[in-house]
Amino acid sequence: MAFAYTPGLRVADVADISKTRRLPLKGEVVVELGAEIKADTVVARTELPGNVKMFNIANMLGVPPSDIPELLLKKEGEPIKADEPIAQSKGLFGKYFKNTIKSPIKGFFESFNEITGQAVLREPPIPVEIDGYVNGKVTEVLEGEGVVVETHCTFVQGIFGIGGEVRGEIKMVCSSPTEEITEDKITPDCKGKVIIGGNYISHAVLKKAVSAGVNAVVVGGFDDSDLKDLLGFDLGVAITGHEKLGLTLILTEGFGKMTMAAGTFELLAAREGMYASVNGATQIRAGVMRPEIVIPLSAEIKSATTSSKQAGAMDIGSSVRCIRAPFFGKIGLVAALPPELNVVDSEAKVRVLEVEFSDGKKFTVPRANVELIEK
Amino acid sequence: MGQKKLTTILATDCGSTTTKSILIEYSEEAGRYRLARRGEAPTTVEAPAEDVTKGVLNAVGEIEDLEGRSFLKPDESGVNVRDGSGDGVDLYVSTSSAGGGLQMTVAGVVKSMTGESAQRAALGAGAIVMDIVASNDRRLPHEKVEDIRRLRPDMILLSGGIDGGTIDHVVELAEIVKAADPKPRFGVGFKLPVIFAGNKDAAGAVRDELGSTMELKIVDNLRPVLERENLGPARDLIHELFMEHVMAQAPGYAKLMEWTGRYEDGKWTNVPIMPTPGAVGKLIERVARLEDIHVMGVDIGGATTDVFSVFDDNEEPVFNRTVSANLGMSYSISNVLASAGMENVMRWVPFHVDEADLRNRIRNKMIRPTTIPQELEELIIEQAIAREALRLSLVQHKDLATGLKGVAQERTIGDAFEQSQTGATLVNMMDLDLLIGSGGVLSHAPRRSQTALMLIDSFLPEGNTMLAVDSIFMMPHLGVLSEVHPEAAVEVFNNDCLIKLGPCLAPAGAFKKVAHLATVSLTMPDGKVFEEKILPGKMKLIKLGVGEKAEAVITPSKGLDMGNGPGEIWQGTLEGGIVGIILDGRGRRPFVLPEKDKERVELLQEWSQTLDTYPERFLTMGGVK
Repeated sequence: MAFAYTPGLRVADVADISKTRRLPLKGEVVVELGAEIKADTVVARTELPGNVKMFNIANMLGVPPSDIPELLLKKEGEPIKADEPIAQSKGLFGKYFKNTIKSPIKGFFESFNEITGQAVLREPPIPVEIDGYVNGKVTEVLEGEGVVVETHCTFVQGIFGIGGEVRGEIKMVCSSPTEEITEDKITPDCKGKVIIGGNYISHAVLKKAVSAGVNAVVVGGFDDSDLKDLLGFDLGVAITGHEKLGLTLILTEGFGKMTMAAGTFELLAAREGMYASVNGATQIRAGVMRPEIVIPLSAEIKSATTSSKQAGAMDIGSSVRCIRAPFFGKIGLVAALPPELNVVDSEAKVRVLEVEFSDGKKFTVPRANVELIEK
Repeated sequence: MGQKKLTTILATDCGSTTTKSILIEYSEEAGRYRLARRGEAPTTVEAPAEDVTKGVLNAVGEIEDLEGRSFLKPDESGVNVRDGSGDGVDLYVSTSSAGGGLQMTVAGVVKSMTGESAQRAALGAGAIVMDIVASNDRRLPHEKVEDIRRLRPDMILLSGGIDGGTIDHVVELAEIVKAADPKPRFGVGFKLPVIFAGNKDAAGAVRDELGSTMELKIVDNLRPVLERENLGPARDLIHELFMEHVMAQAPGYAKLMEWTGRYEDGKWTNVPIMPTPGAVGKLIERVARLEDIHVMGVDIGGATTDVFSVFDDNEEPVFNRTVSANLGMSYSISNVLASAGMENVMRWVPFHVDEADLRNRIRNKMIRPTTIPQELEELIIEQAIAREALRLSLVQHKDLATGLKGVAQERTIGDAFEQSQTGATLVNMMDLDLLIGSGGVLSHAPRRSQTALMLIDSFLPEGNTMLAVDSIFMMPHLGVLSEVHPEAAVEVFNNDCLIKLGPCLAPAGAFKKVAHLATVSLTMPDGKVFEEKILPGKMKLIKLGVGEKAEAVITPSKGLDMGNGPGEIWQGTLEGGIVGIILDGRGRRPFVLPEKDKERVELLQEWSQTLDTYPERFLTMGGVK
């Protein structure tokens, strides 16, 4: 057992990945198995049940619930228009002072309960469509639910993002991973693009990117105080993806000014001009979801460096990145994985590894504070 | 004593951040079960592994490395539970809070009555309660429908009405659930489990509403009469459905569920995986019952913080558990900041730290939740955040651990709609005998005095309270073990798990200009007698080791209380601990820190030095403002 599992973000120059595109409810799949699709191809559609309006007819008419059925003007399942009468009291001598209940919505008369006197009206269904998200091939049809799309691509995971699925051409706006995205780098030709920066973007520059029509920003770091200003609240639990900010933001490293990992920067630079699908959705809970950049490639492009190593398995010689102070961001190779607990600066006794940095110096780091770099 | 045949027991707890394994063995020499080894590894519910068993294999693998023995099957396809002799273990059990735990919506007719009873049933079973839907919760029906749909609970507990009481309101709630038609988080096409534990006379109508569209189960009413709760049947069913419907869908759990168990007379018997908080709760309840004391336990995890308590209600011990779903030290760390406010976190840091920098550090911990502080400065900051997570969790616990509401009033349930009176909290810090801390930040604090000070600062115990810590975070393991092998669980708990830190002596009550809050006269184990004053704003540590006892006479100053009433003398035996006797003169009701930054930092440093919580170099960190 000379290895350990450790979480790591995937940065692969060439990968075959599958994306499951699933409807929130059962519906209809509109593409066939084996179909080559584009990112914007609709693959499945359904109708979400409309919103419900409940109100108590018995109370409104002032009669017992059991007497209501004969006063109903609509049957269960029948369509209704807004302001259309749905129930009417018998009135005096069956003729005068009749009390009429009108539907407040357009939709369907769903049900009436003789115990409670409650009627349930439902608004018309809400149509929902899902697209392919990435250019690729339909490799599986999930009957009534959606499809699995496989794509041959460059695949980069970020650490945190906000905003949902967008697409655009990759454009580098910084010449090095240590360079900040400054206002002057947001030029009119960034419109509709996925722009890639270096170590940092400020809130002010991000706002300029929004007004310039940038679709997505991929950058090393961003300040938490700026995130608060951007969202308008202090993000408590990291579940994102539904924000409507005008663009999608993906951080590859974290919060603060953080140099983008050289491998990530170089890889994205090599794909400049290509079309990418980007998703900022992040869920840092169990079943974690990280933001991603998917750049479909033609089938003939093969990986130069893709490792066949088991995902998440770390052993001697593995390439790792330190993800916490004091070595945050430094990359090195695992030199030793001692099984016994070691005392670190905080005086905590923890499981550690020895990491050798490019200058040949070795340091002891908690195993929990590194992530694997999959090349 | 046929159970002694089990000589080697393996237990794991799959937390949201870390999977912890322990090895328990029967020692012929000691004549009891004892903790032999411990291992841990990151939990692997998420990508790239997306299989909880990988983390289990790794955590057990660490024990193998340290022990030089094999406990896994040769191809690492699982834990090797043996039938007889040979390699492997005799019993394997596990708990889990990974996968986001069990997320429930509960419903009751009156929010503060059946709604709260349903909440207590769900919390006691180890669930996170996302929403309480009630007839009187002031939301319009369609808003309730939208909320149920949006939250996508794993399960719904529907209660309402005492037996023979309202039917209409209960059926109305069932209608709302039906209209919402929520879909489970895991697995399209599965029916959502709904438990009905309300008025037995409404069961038929509820079945008519929900029977065809939901996985409906009906159990005994959890509030059959206003004066009594009957939470057991609902809790048991929640456990059962959790295994069947929720855990089985999470990544790798179907496999793990097959691993846990043992051979009995050559036949394989499965031992169900238990939700972590349910297991810890069982252990706390057992301790309170065995020792006949008032106990509080707190388990601060990565995503949630659970508080457990056993206090009396009408002279009957009542167990309560609450979960603060978004207060934790990794996944939820940013939410602690958002809930407590930056200034409340900063007030516990004994040096100046730049706010923007602190925000980024906390956020980086959130996005990389499995990292741990390597540097002392980062440790101190995490412990400051922990104080606020613990403090807020206690506030939430006090709000829910109350006497039954709506009792002792001759009213119908309909009248109770108008009732705004709330039951008083059962949590009385002066009555508290034992406060147990558990969870990474408390169990793994490099110095036990850090744990003691975190517990005192956040819970503010009053009078005489013994502080203890789960030595290496194994209460969940022992909780599930106590279900199948209580003897082993109790022996390991008493000898290896619970570490007594020492008593905290804190006079409570308002005081202005007094020379001292109390005089403590101690007769030490060696017969030496001496006196100490508890001084205002000061702390003091008196060494009294584990297992040692001292006779004490504590005389509080006028108006101050040590447990026998204001100004009344407290006399008794104090038991020592690994930290010692802590005299806390910082005041209760209220406890206030100075507003001026410099004064506050100086005081924090003084208290830390008194209890020797950090190495001296912390005094030069950050620079005082």
